[in-house]
Amino acid sequence: MAEEVVLLDFWPSPFGMRSRIALAEKGIKYEHKEEDLRNKSALLLQMNPVHKKIPVLIHNGKPVCESLIQVQYIDEVWHDKAPLLPSDPYQKATARFWADYVDKKIYEVGGRVWKTKGEKQATAKKELIETLKLLEKELGDKPYFGGESLGYVDVAFIPFYSWFYALEKCGNFSIEAECPKLIAWAKRCMQKESVAKSLPDQQKVYDFILEMKKHFGIE
Amino acid sequence: MGDDEEVKVFGMWASPYSRRVELALKLKGIPYEYIEEDLSNKSALLIKHNPVHQKIPVLVHNGKSIPESLVILEYIDETWRNNPILLSQDPYDRAMARFWAKFIDEKILSTTRKVSFTTGKEQEHAIEEVTEQLKLLENEVKGKAYFGGEGIGYVDIVANFLVFWFGNLQEALGINIFSQHKFPFIFEWIQKQLKIDMVDESRIPKDKHLTYIRTRLAAFKSASK
Repeated sequence: MAEEVVLLDFWPSPFGMRSRIALAEKGIKYEHKEEDLRNKSALLLQMNPVHKKIPVLIHNGKPVCESLIQVQYIDEVWHDKAPLLPSDPYQKATARFWADYVDKKIYEVGGRVWKTKGEKQATAKKELIETLKLLEKELGDKPYFGGESLGYVDVAFIPFYSWFYALEKCGNFSIEAECPKLIAWAKRCMQKESVAKSLPDQQKVYDFILEMKKHFGIE
Repeated sequence: MGDDEEVKVFGMWASPYSRRVELALKLKGIPYEYIEEDLSNKSALLIKHNPVHQKIPVLVHNGKSIPESLVILEYIDETWRNNPILLSQDPYDRAMARFWAKFIDEKILSTTRKVSFTTGKEQEHAIEEVTEQLKLLENEVKGKAYFGGEGIGYVDIVANFLVFWFGNLQEALGINIFSQHKFPFIFEWIQKQLKIDMVDESRIPKDKHLTYIRTRLAAFKSASK
């Protein structure tokens, strides 16, 4: 049967980027549909009635929602190429734990960095650096979180790198100064075509954030 | 499983997250040592086994620590491959199971916390929200004996909070969001769950639980004055 894969997406979404990377790693051809989040398509509302959010992966007409669930699905369906999750249950659990940690922390804390100012922003910046340092510690001396090759945690986390420049400009700080090993990891990931193709240009993301700030009346 | 397997659970008797891990182990017939944590005075061992979040539950298997209940459930299913198998082998079914487990945790249980710890308009709003979320779950179990397949599985275990915990909470709060009249299919599912020995055995002692919730709510109210 001819496989039909569609990804409903929004270009600056780090969550969408995760699925883009996973599909690229596996060499899967798919149709990429860009959504206008202020005017969601009937297809999006039909395929994700519960959350009405992107990304949505549609495989042979059946929707899979939530980015990390999509990445695991992609890994399990196309299991013979570029495995993202290890086969050992304990290593798998560790990978799931850290991907969950990225999910719980980075988006929310990062959001506070660009959405707030003054004391609130200072607190958010401090929290973000603490979070990144913990991830940096988990990476250790490994080239990737997945070990010798890109893995589940790398895919979960690297999309946020495309937002770093915007966060640094908004918060007036340098992530590289605080977490040099993490930035080295990010640049290593960006050497991979699957990642480079899936992440937007950092300046473009910054311009997008500036527009969002204007839209929400945040200085 | 060999004699040298050592399984420990750091938990808290009133936590639905902790209860679901114990239920999974009991269903699979895996012996474990249970360590009750006092959350107001966390043990050094708990902090050692979960330094990042310092929360329960944590599963420790032969010295290896696994925190986060949903991660633990998948680990249990992958490590002990006897019945009941909690997650299907089919990737799409697995994706759907993970979706609903995440929905329960990130939406229903999260909104339930708001219901417990807010008052007035904010609480009314949270009650409306959780009712809508429960309706989605009701729709998901409609016409099915279990959330998953032919027997108790991953989502049934994650939804176990509906069997005892949620009813106790709403009684302590003096609200009535969750009734057989409003959620006939979930209530039917609860009746089937109660027929499973291990589920029935994992009943939270009701009076103890009501007292616990009331004490916590009172402490919260006086702290926020």
